[in-house]
Amino acid sequence: MKKCDVVMIGGGHNGLVAACYLQRAGLDVLVLEKNDWVGGAATSRELTPGFLYSNCSYVCSLFRPEIMRDLELPKHGLQVIAYEGGAVFTRDGDYIASYRDHDSHRREFARYSKRDAEAYDRYARDVTRQCRFIQPLLMRTAPDPFSFKPRDISELLYLGKKFGEFSAHDMAQTLRFWTMSISDFLDEYFETDVIKAYLALSGIIGTALGAMSPGTAYVLLHHYMGEVDGSVGAWGYARGGMGAVTQALASSFQASGGTIRTGADVARVMTRSGRATGVVLADGEEVRGNLVVSNADVKRTFLKLVEEDALPETFVHRVKHFKMRGSSGKLNIALDSLPEFPALPKNSSCIRGDLHFTDSMERMERAYDDWKAGRYSADPFVDMVIPTTLDPTMAPPGKHFMSCFVQYCPPQIEGRDWTDADRDAFADTVVSQIADYSPGFRDRILHMEVRTPHEIETEVGLTEGNIFQGELTFDQLLFNRPVPGYAQYRSPVPGLYLCGSSTHPGGGVMGAPGRNAAAEILRDLKLKPAEMSPAHDVI
Amino acid sequence: MMLEMNTRRALQGHIATPRFETPFHPRIAAISETSDWYTWAGYKAPHSVFDEELEYFAIRSTAALFDISPMVKYRIAGPDAERYLNRLTVRNVAKLSTGRVHYTAWCDDHGHVLDDGTLFRLSADTFRLCCQERHLPWLLDSAIGFDVGIEEETMQIAGLALQGPTSFAVLSNAGFDCIERLKPFQLADFPHEDGSVTISRTGFTGDLGYELFVPAEAALSLWDRLWTAGQLHGIRAIGYAALNRARIEAGFIVANADFMTAETALRADRARMPDEIGLEWLVDTEKPNFNGRKAILEARRNQTLKHVLVGLEIEGNIPADGAIIYHRKKHEAGLVSAAIWSPLAKRNIAIASLTRPYGTRLTEDLWVEIYALRELQYQKMMKRARIVPRPFIKLDRRAAAPPGLF
Repeated sequence: MKKCDVVMIGGGHNGLVAACYLQRAGLDVLVLEKNDWVGGAATSRELTPGFLYSNCSYVCSLFRPEIMRDLELPKHGLQVIAYEGGAVFTRDGDYIASYRDHDSHRREFARYSKRDAEAYDRYARDVTRQCRFIQPLLMRTAPDPFSFKPRDISELLYLGKKFGEFSAHDMAQTLRFWTMSISDFLDEYFETDVIKAYLALSGIIGTALGAMSPGTAYVLLHHYMGEVDGSVGAWGYARGGMGAVTQALASSFQASGGTIRTGADVARVMTRSGRATGVVLADGEEVRGNLVVSNADVKRTFLKLVEEDALPETFVHRVKHFKMRGSSGKLNIALDSLPEFPALPKNSSCIRGDLHFTDSMERMERAYDDWKAGRYSADPFVDMVIPTTLDPTMAPPGKHFMSCFVQYCPPQIEGRDWTDADRDAFADTVVSQIADYSPGFRDRILHMEVRTPHEIETEVGLTEGNIFQGELTFDQLLFNRPVPGYAQYRSPVPGLYLCGSSTHPGGGVMGAPGRNAAAEILRDLKLKPAEMSPAHDVI
Repeated sequence: MMLEMNTRRALQGHIATPRFETPFHPRIAAISETSDWYTWAGYKAPHSVFDEELEYFAIRSTAALFDISPMVKYRIAGPDAERYLNRLTVRNVAKLSTGRVHYTAWCDDHGHVLDDGTLFRLSADTFRLCCQERHLPWLLDSAIGFDVGIEEETMQIAGLALQGPTSFAVLSNAGFDCIERLKPFQLADFPHEDGSVTISRTGFTGDLGYELFVPAEAALSLWDRLWTAGQLHGIRAIGYAALNRARIEAGFIVANADFMTAETALRADRARMPDEIGLEWLVDTEKPNFNGRKAILEARRNQTLKHVLVGLEIEGNIPADGAIIYHRKKHEAGLVSAAIWSPLAKRNIAIASLTRPYGTRLTEDLWVEIYALRELQYQKMMKRARIVPRPFIKLDRRAAAPPGLF
């Protein structure tokens, strides 16, 4: 086979984003995907006839609109539909909802506490201020503070200038926000436990930390800085499931002349004289390329695909200790009909949003305690959505697809591998939790896919099934992501780059790591991207 | 404290009507000719009722009824209420005697205005604070260490503004005995049905006028009483558009229209000190302690105040709302936040924020760039602007004691 310019290891969303930009810049890019389908953790799979499952990621907000535009994703079929609000059910038979309408949202909170109802605006303002600071940084390579290259210095100055627009109070607030726990953060605004439990969700999702662990406030921020068409913080469903994102990317990539090979499992990165020269597939086939880009996480890339002797000792040490712990599971359920939740008013919009059952901070923390002991949570935290309430393409009329994100779920059970019985018991903690609030729920289930970190790692390739390719705590962000000195998508091996969520600005179906990696690669090749929009102005 | 389960469940239905109706809504809806509603703090409120322009003339010539129920209201009561409010607000509450109202403002620690509003002293230990934005967490946190209770009572208390030259005649005819004794900024309770109505001689129009507060249950009977009594005195119901014209003539500012309140501003540079929005006269520097005092005094001493709010008279008759102000037609100097042609002053007036030294040291040679969209074409004009004192109009009838019957 002829040697290509770029070999991309893995066809996840970031790999495809980078591949698109590189191909459009005139390079000849080959994407190698081990599965028989592309998408990584952004897929729509028909695992039972008539139903499409967003079987890993399930909602869309973070994906950068600049990338959608540059890569013409709408033309290739991508559509994101905003949804409204959601609710958490309380054990006393009530619920607390969140609504898009400002006054309805306030009145809903006022049912629990007038003070908290009026505190929400202050909370939203403070979070928005922080998001406005971070948003422009997503689409820029993190500066290396220890390099004295003009570009790094100018990027540091940019960062300093952005920071300087804050008042002294906001600067202090930023540092606190990046380091404190979501529980402490929410305590400063709210008095009602269920309100805190509801909002704390975004601080622990996908993270092997509890709501009371320092660093989780930033994780919340990470989930607020997305947007749906300019509505910052809003979430939506990709029409056709999350696979619609990667299908559009794959289609755009192929339309610009790129090649995708599925069923091509990369076993090793080839090096010659210390430089990456291509990859070897599991069946021994060699695929040569001038450059190799890995969409795999930093651990998988450097601990499995690259010979250790090609890497500096400190680097390997850092990679080994990069925190990428499995903490989440997933149930994907085909339903015969829309479940009923008697606690909700008739025709409530909440059913079209995200629903939870964890109504206290203590339950949330106890769920984490189980994980620390090496068990799945007996009383898990579930983030449940039914995208088919807004998207008619994922199930036959009247039937529904339900996605349940479950936390916490360890990669191994008390140090041993998962068994089928474990998996069934894990699934039952979730199903019985839902059934407690939705009579007859079990009878509506037509088919169910249960995914523990083990399945996610085996199928998607994410180490320990960590959805972010590494936790989003301050010690693993910006110029420390994934390793100090290697935060600019390059690696110790010349010709080998990283472009996945292990790199700045981190996880979520955002596309920014892939786009930024492509920018650095093109810079090294002294090529100009065909079109690469800068981050939209935050004015 | 989390509310009881039954209380919470009883309130679940709010979502069926995202726009609440005020206690007066049935009456306003019944006479509304324009069905022209907007949302005011979560309530359906009339933008106009029959004709925006004629409604304005009702304020200036007869009597206008305007529903102020959506205004946010807090009841502040307790032995330390005065001491608490003196720490909270910039004005001296000790000087506010029982049965009086004053206009005031309150600031965060940086001296940035959180809101402006009116403070009613209902009794020695009981106050009502009326304002545009919601502040319960701020008010409660400020109360730590004070023996004071704070209740949000927006829903429970209905409010009406009755403004205009015949407003006194209307109240008098409605049988509110001794109403003639009320002087500007005075308040008193008057019998109504089985209870009472609190009437103050206040308003947002710069005209003779009153504001009336009753428990929500008594709202409709109060409306009917005024409406009946007002028939021979030209009483009309009005919407916000007309009121807004009157308030600009009176030179009053509106939170989050003429200035950004500190808690809602996303951008750090948008917050304003009292001196930057024309409220320096409220600040009582003799008071040893009030929130924001240190920052305000420092800014005055170090001359670091960045903005100034002024009244402008602009040549011609094209309202300049949203226009950029220039010095010498060249250097950007500020922004117009509200502007109208004043029917009463027969002048083109505006409220504007200027970046100092414009408006302080440099007060001459100011120009306003007006883009008037006329039949799909912008008419661009550069018009001379002159800084003039507010209010733009002064009406003797506003403060006449006793008020005239007209």
